[in-house]
Amino acid sequence: MQIKLRRRYLALKIDSSEKFEQKEFLDALWNAVIRLFGEYGASKTGLALIGYNMEKGFAIIRVAHTEVEKVRAAIASITEVTAKPVAIHVLAVSGTLKALHRKFRAAIRGN
Amino acid sequence: MRRVFADLNLQPNLSDMEQTKRMIAKASDLGYRLIAIPVPPSTSLAEKYVQQLRGICQENSVDFVSRLNLKPKTPRELLQLLRKFRRKFEIIAVMCDSKAVARQAAKDHRVDLLNFPSPDPHKRFFDKAEAELTSNSQASLEIEIKPLLTLKGPARIRLLSTLRKEAAIAKKFQVPIVVSSGATSELLLRKPFEMAALATLFDLDKPSALDAVSKNPLAIIKRNREKLSPRFVAPGIRLIRMGKDCK
Repeated sequence: MQIKLRRRYLALKIDSSEKFEQKEFLDALWNAVIRLFGEYGASKTGLALIGYNMEKGFAIIRVAHTEVEKVRAAIASITEVTAKPVAIHVLAVSGTLKALHRKFRAAIRGN
Repeated sequence: MRRVFADLNLQPNLSDMEQTKRMIAKASDLGYRLIAIPVPPSTSLAEKYVQQLRGICQENSVDFVSRLNLKPKTPRELLQLLRKFRRKFEIIAVMCDSKAVARQAAKDHRVDLLNFPSPDPHKRFFDKAEAELTSNSQASLEIEIKPLLTLKGPARIRLLSTLRKEAAIAKKFQVPIVVSSGATSELLLRKPFEMAALATLFDLDKPSALDAVSKNPLAIIKRNREKLSPRFVAPGIRLIRMGKDCK
């Protein structure tokens, strides 16, 4: 029997004066997770990039629901991407993409 | 009830008011409702900065708390500084660079925060003896997040290990932990939930990590504002009516 994996979707805001390619961003994300939790820990996160908007500096990632706090900590520990200073903030967390978009719009309006 | 979040250690360059304004606005955007910025110990300069910062914070709907960082070299100097400044600032933090100063600060009821600025484990003095002294006073252990973001490799590993030990000791002796940013630029500021997530790296459970950025700092502010109010007499005793009101 296959066990259904529960997931969480995270909407991220990339706070920087620079723009980054999708690969550069994803590399920085993986490096942060691996630096903090090692390859074993990173393998448990189930991290995947779902969407990326380079112009607006938004991204959506998917992680295993048990690993949200670990990934949040790893994201918070990122201070640079390709040696350019950056801060990445989690705007919203949700179990479905539909609810994430709703929360994300509310977060943007709040700012 | 929604939590109110506080960052008790924002460190903008006070001689650059534009950067200070940007940092306060950013802290407000990120969800903080109360911030403390350390001001210089010179009384006249401090008053000038406190007034300016209070104005900027009001514009950004953030509550400003005046903070003084004391860096004494000896316990005697610490006592002198506390006598001079305690009633002028809402928060007094002691940067403990020596064991003697750390022990004196832990004993003193006038100290709010014990800060160990060095990432070197040999220069951090929060051990069991320190925690026992602190649990009898009202001080909290302050942990800055900035070194966790700026250090890399073995230095960060050693710091995380030390912080894990300190957090465990603090929990055992019921010393409140306050997690603050220590941010010197906007890009080193993190959201309260991100700060709590970083605090889980030194084995704080999620409720304790959230308390470290909300309940614990707010308790210090509440206690000190009450003490600094003109109606305060002693802990638990305050003036309700006076003069004509008593008739």
